[in-house]
Amino acid sequence: MSWAEFLPVIFMGLMGLAMFLYVVLDGFDLGVGMLLHRAEDSQKDMMIASIGPFWDANETWLVLGVGILLIAFPKAHGVVMTALYLPIAVMLIGLILRGVAFDFRVKAQDTHKPLWNFVFFAGSTVTSIAQGWMLGRFITGFADGFAYSLFALAIALALPCAYVLMGAAWLVLKTEGDLQQRAAHWGRAALVPVVVGMSLISIATPWVSETVAGRWFSLPQFIGLLPIPFATFACFVALRWTLSGQRALGTLCWLPFILTVGVFLMGGLGLAYSLYPYVVMDRITIWQAASATEALNLILAGCIITVPAILAYTLFAHRVFWGKATELRYG
Amino acid sequence: MDFDPVLLARMQFAANITFHILFPTISISLGWMLLFMRWRWLKTNHRPWLTAYRFWTKVFALTFALGVVSGITMSFQFGTNWPGFMEKVGNIAGPLLGFEVLTAFFLEATFLGVMLFGHGRVSERVHLLATFLVAFGTTMSAFWILVLNSWMQTPVGYEIINGEFHVKSWLEIIFNPSFPYRFTHMLLASLLTMAFLVAGVSAWQVLRGKANASTPLALRAGLTLAALLIPVQIFVGDMHGLNTLHHQPQKIAAIEGVWHTERGAPLLLFALPNEAEKRNDLAIGIPKMASLILTHEWDGELKGLNEFEAHPPVKPLFFSFRIMVAIGSLMLLVSWVGWWLLQRRGWQPDRAPRWLIGSIAAMTFSGWIATVAGWYVTEIGRQPWIVQGLIRTADVASTTPAPYIALTLTGYLITYVLLIIAYVSVLRYMAEKPSDSYDPVTSGGAHAPLPTQFANKETAA
Repeated sequence: MSWAEFLPVIFMGLMGLAMFLYVVLDGFDLGVGMLLHRAEDSQKDMMIASIGPFWDANETWLVLGVGILLIAFPKAHGVVMTALYLPIAVMLIGLILRGVAFDFRVKAQDTHKPLWNFVFFAGSTVTSIAQGWMLGRFITGFADGFAYSLFALAIALALPCAYVLMGAAWLVLKTEGDLQQRAAHWGRAALVPVVVGMSLISIATPWVSETVAGRWFSLPQFIGLLPIPFATFACFVALRWTLSGQRALGTLCWLPFILTVGVFLMGGLGLAYSLYPYVVMDRITIWQAASATEALNLILAGCIITVPAILAYTLFAHRVFWGKATELRYG
Repeated sequence: MDFDPVLLARMQFAANITFHILFPTISISLGWMLLFMRWRWLKTNHRPWLTAYRFWTKVFALTFALGVVSGITMSFQFGTNWPGFMEKVGNIAGPLLGFEVLTAFFLEATFLGVMLFGHGRVSERVHLLATFLVAFGTTMSAFWILVLNSWMQTPVGYEIINGEFHVKSWLEIIFNPSFPYRFTHMLLASLLTMAFLVAGVSAWQVLRGKANASTPLALRAGLTLAALLIPVQIFVGDMHGLNTLHHQPQKIAAIEGVWHTERGAPLLLFALPNEAEKRNDLAIGIPKMASLILTHEWDGELKGLNEFEAHPPVKPLFFSFRIMVAIGSLMLLVSWVGWWLLQRRGWQPDRAPRWLIGSIAAMTFSGWIATVAGWYVTEIGRQPWIVQGLIRTADVASTTPAPYIALTLTGYLITYVLLIIAYVSVLRYMAEKPSDSYDPVTSGGAHAPLPTQFANKETAA
């Protein structure tokens, strides 16, 4: 493989990394948003405080992911954006409402606060459902038909549950007392639909796509791939165990979050394996869609310098707000 | 009604960038203003500076959030509305947008958290650094996006191979002929918008009897900045216009309503451009003035729209430009008169005449109108091209059916209108609230221990 052929592979990896980080990082924001209406009023403020310093930067990973699609694979970008025109608009309006509600709810007069809380909840939910639908459409290469729509619908319901699990695990990590106990309970409740959803998707994906079926169910690949489902299963069992009783409420409070990240990571790896080398399933490969080599070289040079810096100062920001969340004040 | 999908796509994109630009226009320069206020507080230990900093930080956080969410929408609409654009110029536009995300978006978004909520968790120095990085990030963001926009107006440094644009020289692309003028003009627009916002909200507080010790400081800072920068902006705007005359003469012809090439063209103060008969109705103008301004000769020749095979629509440019200039003139008047009268009264706004304070308050959002009008001039002035003279907008539009675009356009418009109303009313609400600015951001009040050394001292001061 020459450098020119290898570059698109690097960018697919980078896009995957950005999307994975987005799903994990904004996943917990959206999950907390969807859980907001289940909490007491006094707890709502603490829930928002736990994501307050981060949500803005978390959302930026989506811009980077879409940005890489746009700048590294421009010929696929138009196809994807056109095919997903309506769900993208729905997601964007959801993201707009979620983002502004975060700020409005504490700055508007107190009587308007419940309204903005609802907007925050509704925006998070709409965004998550739209993202699930898009993921479902994307996996099947935007194929039309009842079975494909049903498949997209299943993912549209499963992904919000996964985000709720993520949000609950985040709250177990960042809060204490009654809220933390509730969060553990929410996490347990979300676990069942996530396991069912992920299993269904794992069965349905090869069923709706022959390419995926061929890629997974042939020897010796099948054996080499077994660690992915096994690791996912192990994460689920461990999640069930830690979220039960008092286990996650003490020093192990970080474990549910890490395990949920593990679940997402396995899901992401499985998806990446199913897709490669297509950027639009069965239609456009990464090499067909890629920009000119000189443009990719330049962006790669930029990424090599900036992405480690971005990761470093992201860690710095998390270190500044390390430990249990406290009330946010403007300094 | 039968709508043209390209027109709908343009309207949708225009609705989104119009909504978007309102917020960065404020936050790009408000970041620097916050840095200034924080620095004054650390330097002088004069508490009202801290009060001002905290109040405007809240405004900044709200403004920033609106800018971020509408900016994300834009990053998607490049693809949903103009899929052909990236396919053709992706090699040039891609890296520019990429560098904006990598060097600006992450920087501002990440350090925003530290800047807003990190006080007490990091040292004063790190906090000041975080504030600087946020301000720097917003400015870098403006840099990259204006490089791309200017390149679309005055494309250079490229070669076309098989219908695709390739880079010949990045240096030429980045410092393309209109970029230095557009970048300076926009940064000044941002500073002026913010200056009038800060002065205007402070004046509003005075009018409503809600002023505190920090109000005169903010009023003075805003008004002084405005009075200093507005003449610079008028000068830079003129240079920008001359640059446009050189590179995009059809834009100037539409602005001035010159249908046929003429010598000694008048400066039209008012007219109704008549697109069908290619003339101006009800024209009121100063003879030979347009020629003098643009060519520096009484009888200088101005190229008319008849000389171009494709030219932008005249009416929107003609009127947008006049609105921008009118607001600019008002800005000059209000800031100079206001500055003079207030400094004679030792910057005590309650001693100033009420009409003056009222005028300053009335100018609160004047920068928004001027900025949007200016952008309409430059963007509509590029039509029917998306890249001037090279790619037509209609050729890169998406194939999405018109009803889909109309549906989503309606959704966006409703959202945007409601959010602008919410933004302005919350700004007003915050301005009129008593200034115990240290109240917790996320508190319902139940368990919100106010540090006693901070509580309400500002109001007493």
